[in-house]
Amino acid sequence: MPYALCFLLFMIGLYCAVVKKNLVKIVIGLAIMEYAVNLFLIMLGYRTGGTAPILDKTYIEAGTNKIVANFINTSVDPLPQALVLTAIVISLGSLALIISISIRIYGKYGTFDITEIRRLKG
Amino acid sequence: MTKVLPAFVLIPLVMAFVLPVFGKKGKNIATVLANLVTITLFVLAIACIGKSGVYQVGNWSIRVGIILVLDGLSSLMLLAINLVSAAAMLFSARYMEQYTAKSKYLSLFMLMVAAMNGLVLAGDLFNLFVFLEIASLASYALVGFGCEHEELEASFKYMVLGSVASSFILFAIALVYGNTAYLNMACISKSIQASGLNIGLTFALALFIVGFGLKAALVPFHAWLPDAHSSAPAPISAMLSGIIIKTLGVYALTRILFNIFGVSISVGWLLITLGLLSMIAGAFLAIGQWDFKRLLAYSSISQIGYVVLGIGLGATLLAKKANPAWASLALLGGLFHLVNHAVYKSLLFLTSGSVEMSTGTRQLKEMGGLAQRLPVTRTACTVASASIVGIPPFSGFWSKLILVIAAVQAGLYWIAAIIVFVSLCTLIMYLKVQRYAFLGELPENLQQIKENKGSMLVAMAVLAFLCVLMGLLVIIPSLRDSILKPAVDVLTVGPKHWEIAGILKM
Amino acid sequence: MEQEQQNSNTMQTGKISNGTKGMTVIVKTVSSWVKVLIFLFGINIVLFGHLTPGGGFAGGVILASSYVLLMLAFGREFVEENLPLPLASKLDCLGAFMFALVAILGIVLGGSFFLNFLYQKYLPGQPLHLVSAGIIPLANIAIGLKVGASLFLITLMLSISCKGRECRFE
Repeated sequence: MPYALCFLLFMIGLYCAVVKKNLVKIVIGLAIMEYAVNLFLIMLGYRTGGTAPILDKTYIEAGTNKIVANFINTSVDPLPQALVLTAIVISLGSLALIISISIRIYGKYGTFDITEIRRLKG
Repeated sequence: MTKVLPAFVLIPLVMAFVLPVFGKKGKNIATVLANLVTITLFVLAIACIGKSGVYQVGNWSIRVGIILVLDGLSSLMLLAINLVSAAAMLFSARYMEQYTAKSKYLSLFMLMVAAMNGLVLAGDLFNLFVFLEIASLASYALVGFGCEHEELEASFKYMVLGSVASSFILFAIALVYGNTAYLNMACISKSIQASGLNIGLTFALALFIVGFGLKAALVPFHAWLPDAHSSAPAPISAMLSGIIIKTLGVYALTRILFNIFGVSISVGWLLITLGLLSMIAGAFLAIGQWDFKRLLAYSSISQIGYVVLGIGLGATLLAKKANPAWASLALLGGLFHLVNHAVYKSLLFLTSGSVEMSTGTRQLKEMGGLAQRLPVTRTACTVASASIVGIPPFSGFWSKLILVIAAVQAGLYWIAAIIVFVSLCTLIMYLKVQRYAFLGELPENLQQIKENKGSMLVAMAVLAFLCVLMGLLVIIPSLRDSILKPAVDVLTVGPKHWEIAGILKM
Repeated sequence: MEQEQQNSNTMQTGKISNGTKGMTVIVKTVSSWVKVLIFLFGINIVLFGHLTPGGGFAGGVILASSYVLLMLAFGREFVEENLPLPLASKLDCLGAFMFALVAILGIVLGGSFFLNFLYQKYLPGQPLHLVSAGIIPLANIAIGLKVGASLFLITLMLSISCKGRECRFE
């Protein structure tokens, strides 16, 4: 059920990026799509009633420096969290680039409306 | 040989961050260094022909670490990528003097080359995604490099569609991880062969086709390509049309479809349909264009349709378990056409850049009679046009012939007829280019133009020479067996490729 | 001219006046105390990246945000005198180069790209202490430097105003 809501959020972002006519609203639609995908990735790793995958003194056996087996059985999956960190950095770079291009377009064309930014046709 | 594999990603990445330090005063040193890097990578790519291996990054085992895989398909793509980027970098040494921020251009170019090399060597899905994003971001910035009105608009359109495609691909990777609990390509393929496709994996396959189809500009998703390729600076148009749409789109789709999911008849027919649509729509839309680079961009859409048609035909024949020689022939045609198109389309874009630098215009109606003033450009353009149309001794003829023979052998005569018909349309559009740009009489305002000198001519001459020689890749059996046949074998064995390469035991 | 002179003198003498650029006196006073704390917090997140949540990227964002706070409170030119554009660009390249150096040292000292060469050979440590986890702290420091410099550069570049047909750079 939460996965279906993630997909709904993804579709809302897609609608925004496809239908809206203002440059900034299109950028916001793209950002919503990326949030939805990151949310989906994190929810994949969730285990009901699990703990955070951070080691501290209670999870390490005293003399041998080994990790207690209980830790692996009750913590959530940390791999999607590492993937989402990378995906967030990538979407940050992409967002910075598209916003600076929008600012430059505003400087050149004087408007944010895509129906008026149509010099390339055919 | 496997010890050299990280160098393909590491050397351009380090150079990308060292070059901006030179700034405006050290522009010439920066250019020479960048050219040395691309030529070194090309020599390394030639040294990797026919070899295969796996490199474990950090000596971590395959279950927890990332791997770089060199096999037949990867070495073919490495060859194409480094050849075109060496030629484009040589060309841009003189062409980019018109722009003011050349050191940033060189840095972005190096990033793009590093990312594409990493993508073809990636052995797990998430690394494929990260390198795909780096290459896409570098190309978005390079398309809008000149910061004029049209370039910014084209870059924005390209960015929106590219970001939508990347989100689809990441969603599909998340679905695959959720269903199989692995990210490594070998482990995923073993899991899918054992359990079959459930509804989540089928949805992931559909999302992959849409996402990579957007990146490769197949026909319902091609809207960004004419604007982006015609507004970019000429060497970047050559890179975009020559390797980016093939690496990010066609190579990734092929790798995931053949080696991870395994082919089925419906997916094969879907690819054949997309390929046919691209061929026909691209050819018809290109004939009516009067802008030189826009015509070349629509022609790119048409030629990528050929490649996807070949691959789809191979997929269908493999799934029907027909005679394996027919499937190999179709795949050989598709892959050889990919490499050929990389060479001659980038040569065409480089000649259009040379014409634009001399005459200052891209409209075919304002040019004419340039054959007298620009002899080397004219020869290169004629060689490339003859190659793309498919005139016998040049390289394009052999790949189209193989595709026609494969279609006829499979019994699909109507596909062979469409291939020949689209070749005729290609002939029409390139005759139009030749007549309006090079033959005819010189208008008055262009009487003083001269041929461009230096590195631009060397780059065009090298690529034109290769256009003529590439036909030998298919005719001489030893060259074919060492370069093209390993790539086709990787695809025909399908999901068993990872066992054969010995990865699953690591 | 005189207002900007007063603005740049406030950092040394401690007297803050209400200049024509930036925000009000309250914001300027508080932000000039808080910026050091934010910077220190960012360094903490970067250095302890292998023990607590965070790491290179999150710490780099916090480091950059201390400069962004100054940019919002005092105006763009003030921050640009403090950390000029070419210096930030070179710090950015230095961060990336340090990260590549860590990866290449793996080849030199161990034989494999990105090898964990500090693993109990040169620098043994116990788990859950600051000196542990191999090359991860070195990678965190490099990434923190790079991300901080990059985000500072991005915000500096985005605050350029484009009026009509002219964009004012530098």
